[in-house]
Amino acid sequence: MLGALIIVFREVLEAGLIIGIVMAATRGVVGRGRWITFGVLGGVAGAGVVALFASVISDAFEGVGQELFNAAILGVAVVMLMWHNAWMARHGREIAAEMRQIGTEVSEGAKPLTALAVVVGLAVLREGSEVVLFLYGIFAQGTSGASLLTGGVLGILAGAAFTGLTYAGLLAIPQRYIFSVTSWLIALLAAGMAAQSAQFLYNAGVINRMGDTVWDTSWALSEKSLFGQLMHTLIGYVSQPTALQLVAYIGTLLAMYLLMRVARYRPEARAVRV
Amino acid sequence: MRTLLTVAAFAAFVALAPAAAQAADDFTLTIKDHKFTPAELKVPANKRVAITVVNSDATPEEFESNALKVEKVIPGGSKATVRIGPLKPGRYEFVGEFHEDTAKGVIVAE
Repeated sequence: MLGALIIVFREVLEAGLIIGIVMAATRGVVGRGRWITFGVLGGVAGAGVVALFASVISDAFEGVGQELFNAAILGVAVVMLMWHNAWMARHGREIAAEMRQIGTEVSEGAKPLTALAVVVGLAVLREGSEVVLFLYGIFAQGTSGASLLTGGVLGILAGAAFTGLTYAGLLAIPQRYIFSVTSWLIALLAAGMAAQSAQFLYNAGVINRMGDTVWDTSWALSEKSLFGQLMHTLIGYVSQPTALQLVAYIGTLLAMYLLMRVARYRPEARAVRV
Repeated sequence: MRTLLTVAAFAAFVALAPAAAQAADDFTLTIKDHKFTPAELKVPANKRVAITVVNSDATPEEFESNALKVEKVIPGGSKATVRIGPLKPGRYEFVGEFHEDTAKGVIVAE
């Protein structure tokens, strides 16, 4: 039972952290609960479908379907996170001002909640499909199924609790800093995802260069440990990164920074300064 | 237009051919009763290697290794190709994440 609990918790944890960050980033936006719920439910449904077609996906594209599928999902999530941050760079100040004026609620509709709902959905789909496959395996084994299933359910609950904890922790940040903090968190999250996506493309044989490991810090912090896994999800920590992963990581951070600079650029604002 | 497509298809074939040639190296790991056989697999160092992982159990397994940077679900009763390397000489541990107690192994690059 403990084994099942740990495995399920580990998978749920990654999606949970992402949901926690998204919830903090959309703090005070009307209708965000509904969008995030859509994202989670869509992700759970998607996870079931992906698990059901696991063999088909694996066999697709000469056996590298699973790698390409993961790379694509992570790639889309990175684009969505970039879109969100660019949008926030452009409108964040107005929203913050509006929040101060009329309390905490911000008018609905202006904000691209769709982008973040998609990110939540994809995170749940990716991690959830593994949970479904794992739990299916438990069912198929039969014997001690009940206790393992209890472990699985407890694992999901523990992961959900962690989501709450992440959210509560981020809420402790003062209102005026929350947008810049969540923007940074989202930038690092996206960079980590881009590095993972690049590695999947490498494993699929789409990219065949820069596969050499650059350094090894697994003696200090392994991704297998709880803290290591948290760092892996939050900032993309990898103990033995390849050159390709580093390029993808730094490239995404740079692209994100430039995009936010461009989005923030307002001719009229500049005229005032000059 | 059609000529262009033919040329593109040919170019894609040529580009993908080396990958196919690499896969010719014959390395196989078999999962049975949630254990890997062989538990220790020797592969050449400093080149990319394709390993066929056969899951002869009825349940799915996830081949996972941080050291090898691989994470791949292998449904029950099927097989999958895992590409690794180029590896520096050394020992690289891997596990079947869904049955980590028993499903353990090590790749030895030399």
